[in-house]
Amino acid sequence: MTESYQLKRADFIFKNENDWEEVMSKSFSRTPQELINELISSELKGRGGAGFPTGLKWKLTAEVVGDTKYVICNADEGEPGTFKDREILSMVPFKVLTSMAVCGYVIGAKEGYIYLRGEYFFLLPELNKAISEFEYYCKEINVDFTIRIFMGSGAYICGEETALFESMEGKRGEPRNKPPFPSDFGYLGKPTVINNVETLAHTYTIFKYGAKRFYDLGVQYSRGSKLFSVSGDTPKPGIYELELGMSLYDFVDEFGDGDTKAVQVGGASGFLVPRKRFQETAIGYQGKLVGISLPTGGSMMLFNSSRSMYNVLDNYLEFFREESCGQCTPCRVGCQQLLKGIKAVKRGEKKTQYLDKLLRLTDTMKLTAKCGLGQSVANSFSSIVENFREEMIY
Amino acid sequence: MAKKIKLSINGIFVEVEHGTTILDAARQIGILIPTLCYHKDLCIAGNCRVCMVEVAGQKRLAAACATPCEEEMEIYTNSLNVLHSRKQIIELLLSEHNADCTSCFKNGNCELQKLSSDYKILKQDFIRLVPLQNYTIDKLSPSIIKDDSKCIRCQRCVRTCEELQGVNALTVAYKGDQMKITTFFEKPIHSVVCSTCGQCINHCPTGALVERNYIEKVWDAISDKTKHVIVQTAPAVRVGLGEELGFEPGKRVTGKMVAALKRLGFDAVMDTDFTADLTIMEEGTELLMRLKAALVDHDPEVKLPMATSCSPGWIKYIEHMYPEYLGHLSTCKSPQQMFGALAKTYYAKARNLDPETIVSVSIMPCTAKKFEANRPEMHDSGFRDVDYVLTTRELAIMIKQAGLDFLKMEDAHFDRLMGESTGAAVIFGATGGVMEAALRTAYELVTGRDVPFENLNITPVRGMEGIKEASLKIENPLEQWAFLDGVELKCAVAHGLVNAKKVMDSIRTGESNYHFIEIMACPGGCLGGGGQPIPTSPEIRRKRAEAIYAEDTGMTLRKSHQNPEVIKIYKDFLESPGGEKSHHLLHTHYTARERF
Repeated sequence: MTESYQLKRADFIFKNENDWEEVMSKSFSRTPQELINELISSELKGRGGAGFPTGLKWKLTAEVVGDTKYVICNADEGEPGTFKDREILSMVPFKVLTSMAVCGYVIGAKEGYIYLRGEYFFLLPELNKAISEFEYYCKEINVDFTIRIFMGSGAYICGEETALFESMEGKRGEPRNKPPFPSDFGYLGKPTVINNVETLAHTYTIFKYGAKRFYDLGVQYSRGSKLFSVSGDTPKPGIYELELGMSLYDFVDEFGDGDTKAVQVGGASGFLVPRKRFQETAIGYQGKLVGISLPTGGSMMLFNSSRSMYNVLDNYLEFFREESCGQCTPCRVGCQQLLKGIKAVKRGEKKTQYLDKLLRLTDTMKLTAKCGLGQSVANSFSSIVENFREEMIY
Repeated sequence: MAKKIKLSINGIFVEVEHGTTILDAARQIGILIPTLCYHKDLCIAGNCRVCMVEVAGQKRLAAACATPCEEEMEIYTNSLNVLHSRKQIIELLLSEHNADCTSCFKNGNCELQKLSSDYKILKQDFIRLVPLQNYTIDKLSPSIIKDDSKCIRCQRCVRTCEELQGVNALTVAYKGDQMKITTFFEKPIHSVVCSTCGQCINHCPTGALVERNYIEKVWDAISDKTKHVIVQTAPAVRVGLGEELGFEPGKRVTGKMVAALKRLGFDAVMDTDFTADLTIMEEGTELLMRLKAALVDHDPEVKLPMATSCSPGWIKYIEHMYPEYLGHLSTCKSPQQMFGALAKTYYAKARNLDPETIVSVSIMPCTAKKFEANRPEMHDSGFRDVDYVLTTRELAIMIKQAGLDFLKMEDAHFDRLMGESTGAAVIFGATGGVMEAALRTAYELVTGRDVPFENLNITPVRGMEGIKEASLKIENPLEQWAFLDGVELKCAVAHGLVNAKKVMDSIRTGESNYHFIEIMACPGGCLGGGGQPIPTSPEIRRKRAEAIYAEDTGMTLRKSHQNPEVIKIYKDFLESPGGEKSHHLLHTHYTARERF
């Protein structure tokens, strides 16, 4: 193991934010191009889970000619086992607000929205207070930027960026066809940057300390730190900021209860890693030279030997069956078939080979589903069924 | 402007315009990619995922209908990946579809059935998902039957109802496995804002939405010796029927249709076109009376513009959506209902029949006509004026059931008394036709001269543009119409309810100052009606329209007031247009309805 595989704590996100006015005025004194370059050289990737390079996203949207553009902060945090965005918004809201305004400045947007998960209504009073204070300051320094909160209504799919736009537009929350991408055709058809809460918190760090400080954290292709929502069979559940690139072995060493059987990386839409693969699995984005690299929105669920992997999968599939928007065939019908399928195999109504048909189905879903939801159901299904096939049958 | 995009599909190079989808590019070079949720009339949904293709260098497959071509794309429409995925998607759709094909009304004309046949889905491994729960088939509407167990959630009906019709009676509710197409508060379709136009039926790929059929009832009536069964056929049927029976779109089959109806055993085969001509007499008179009331008497109560009332889908729509404008509708019944009322009075008397023994059947390109015939006020003959309404499709089914070789059928003529018609009546089947027919007659009535258009063809009101406007200046009128001298008659024609909405809104805001508007609920007018052969597309409707206008051109009489049977009925029975008897039998009233 190289050194970079080890677990390293970091502490940027939740560090005090009293200097936001300073970061704000410092950023506004720079040109949009400088700020984009700063972000690009930091190699920050989207922390919602998909990992799209943030600097590139801002750059693409800045380059589109248009009078009206939007900045949207995706705070729909719906992935099972993820609870970091909630903490960011309650602990350091000004970092997020500042980054939204800077983004507005960079791309030429005057309006920002926070799409807040419906269940997070209790954050509203504090968040609104922060927003009015922030907007007051914007006026003082002659920055024309307003932020409004849009409450979600509880659908998981509305965390998908284009479904989120549809939801904000008062329509049914269903993903759109891509292309066009949000940088061209986002909220109300206007060029839009949509970033996860944590991504925006990291851009604050980058604008405050410079790209290098951030870039020096983590490993190649997976730069910087990231918040992890640790839950499941662990003596210390909670939110931890860690450098990217650590091996799962080290992670389990730190957070496991000594009996960890498997870790679900990335929530219900992520991958299950069995104990035998802890060593070779690193947490970060694809593209590493050695071993397997798993991206994550930050959800890390640990399971010990008392857990039935069948029940875990059953639970995930229940979730997807209900939370698929129902629009596209592979996801709507596929999720139902997977759930009914494993039940039928468990009950002996279908032969065990039926699991192979279901695995082929997940391949199809990965290839053909319209959005990330349907495409990623395959992740947990195939990683659980392939590694714990006997638990599915007996 | 933008330069062309070069790409290759299955190794064949093709150049396309910027913005062309992979699906269209492939069609250009003769590669057909199967589709389900795609329809030429509708916006792209990209949700069935049947049209997936492989794009070299991309991890996932792309939906051909929704993906624009890009420079140097390398596309494969039949790679193993594509075939496996496509087949599995069809299997998935079949698993949630009530695939009891032999007992389905759409058996033989179902896009899912065709796909499953093409891809030979011989073994259904997946677990059956239908019925999802206790569901009931919604059979309460006289026009439309909705069976959710056959729905594959392609949302074509939802897009039709929204984009073509602006009605939004059908919508998507719930998510995940519960996701379904339903109505406001899941009420039965007859109790919501639905106009019963049937466009959802025309656009449904499966049997989830079909017309309520009355085929058995009509067979029963025909075989009942105590009944005298008469039939009327709408103008648009004769340019659509052929498509169901082996002809290409745009084939006129008037004579064969009449022959077939006679062979089916109807006692008299007559023509809705006759009452279309009659409608022109009544409606034209009504328009002139309204103009007189407005221009001479300065009556503040008079409602202008006057709107046509031939399309029952449009009537139901305005009753729901613009009830405060019901006074603008012409009080004339539609030709179907005029025919019905006369069949059991005028015809019965002339043929010396007891009206109680008459069964009046109509063949319509329309499902809203079923609703219309069912309206409680349509009993002016003392009986139900029209007993059964069949769509063009249902007639085709009867012809097939009777074993008639339609292609070889000799032409026959409509029966007398209510079977004569003019070119003006035929064009009722196309958008703008009623307007054109009305102008031909009204202008001549007022001025004593032909309309000032070459060969009577009022081209500004023809064509497939959503809203057409025309104006006609009246000069040197006859003495009794002197008040119209110099008046510029302003007209508008709209088809598809989404365009009707635009016209109505422009009237509401006062932006427009029309005198006369023609509105047809369906795209293209009746020829694109909800009861016409499936499939439909802009191209097919254009061909049907060409056939309609060809039929008009080929007729000797092309103005409604020249119809000898119309002249005769006024002489023998009705006395005068707008007269007392006309009022009783040929005019009606409307009902405001809820807007949900």
